[in-house]
Amino acid sequence: MSILEYNGAAIIAMTGKNCVGIACDTRLGAQAQTVSCDFRKVFQFNKSFVGLAGLATDVQTMNNLLTFRKNLYELREEREMTPRVLSNLLSNLLYEKRFGPYFIEPVVAGLDENNEPFLSGMDLIGAPVYTDDFVVSGTATGNMYGMCETLYKKDMEVEELFETLSQALLASVDRDALSGWGATVHIVTKDGVISRELKARMD
Amino acid sequence: MGDSAYSFSLTTFSRTGKLLQIEYALNAVANGRTSLGICAKDGVVIATDKKLSSTLVDTDQVSKVQGITEGSGFVYSGLGPDYRVLGESLLVGFGLGVELVRKARKSSQSYYLQYRENKPVSQLVKSTASVMQEYTQSGGVRPFGVSLLVAGVDADNTPRLYQVDPSGAYFGWKATAIGKNYVNAKNFLEKRYQDDMELEDAIHTALLTLREGFEGEMTNENIEVGVVSNVDGKFRVLTPEQIQDYLDEAN
Repeated sequence: MSILEYNGAAIIAMTGKNCVGIACDTRLGAQAQTVSCDFRKVFQFNKSFVGLAGLATDVQTMNNLLTFRKNLYELREEREMTPRVLSNLLSNLLYEKRFGPYFIEPVVAGLDENNEPFLSGMDLIGAPVYTDDFVVSGTATGNMYGMCETLYKKDMEVEELFETLSQALLASVDRDALSGWGATVHIVTKDGVISRELKARMD
Repeated sequence: MGDSAYSFSLTTFSRTGKLLQIEYALNAVANGRTSLGICAKDGVVIATDKKLSSTLVDTDQVSKVQGITEGSGFVYSGLGPDYRVLGESLLVGFGLGVELVRKARKSSQSYYLQYRENKPVSQLVKSTASVMQEYTQSGGVRPFGVSLLVAGVDADNTPRLYQVDPSGAYFGWKATAIGKNYVNAKNFLEKRYQDDMELEDAIHTALLTLREGFEGEMTNENIEVGVVSNVDGKFRVLTPEQIQDYLDEAN
């Protein structure tokens, strides 16, 4: 049993034309037993979203830590944290625990100060990767990579991005026992965030 | 920092509610060499009198205008009161300024390591001021005998000039002067300052102001000038050649 697979999760983030989308499943399990169907793993920080896949306790802890740091930053600097800065901060926080890590594999998606899309993913000790198409994380990454590689196109508009993201996630989690049981999608544009609950197979 | 035998602060209240150590520190600053700064609409200039009491001193090695981050720099005022007993008081005031520069640079790099973004000048000022305040309330140490003028372009691309005092208080200025003769210098600046001033005018005015209270002839060897423009956001110390060009214009 791998600690990163104990609770189960599936997260995908994708870029579109002047927008980004991020989607997650909402299952919380204790190995085979499903405990909750509304455990969200994606959290909003102004124009950025952080998706946290992995051990649920660390997902919650890291969310709290990031909120703490983001609030202090905004109070001190009197400005919002850009997604790049947030991503770097997260990377630093994870590496600080290099020899006793948080068991999470995060994904950061957002619009930067010029409303340009930003994506990054990292491993549990903070090694970042910056892409311009999509990042995935969780227990169904094999499935998600396959779906994204097939369905993704550059410069999709909001509606098309929503469809692509949703279909990619739903198809991936249906073949994974540990993720699924509901899904949430957020699309970020310069005018705001559109969030939707997906009607998913509850098994 | 502080002998372990001194767990109490050396800066304590007088009966009238003053912290005399801080007042004395401010006196040390007021007796130090003149430094001034002007904030223009497209940049900031800081300058200081680098006059040394002996011609034997190698002026290249003396540097009071120091870059801290890519986009900000300090100048400090506040040497020992007696110019003739130069050696020690020079080192003391100098050493303190240098220490603050060192701490500021480290804290800025630390910020970059965490956030992969340059530390904004307003944040730099807050943390430096915080350090100076600590030395007024910690065991076995005394306040810094220097005031700083900090110049930089902030996160929102506006040029900013700050003064930080030994007490840890900091102030944003459009233009200011510290050290010897600061009263006359500030009056001069008040008359000359305009809100829409451009950087080139500001440098010109800074040199004129410095010359007002200068003992003897002001040359490119005995002053130091630092400039940051919001065009490239980089803090630079002017070379003697560049200073000479401005001096020639002023003449």
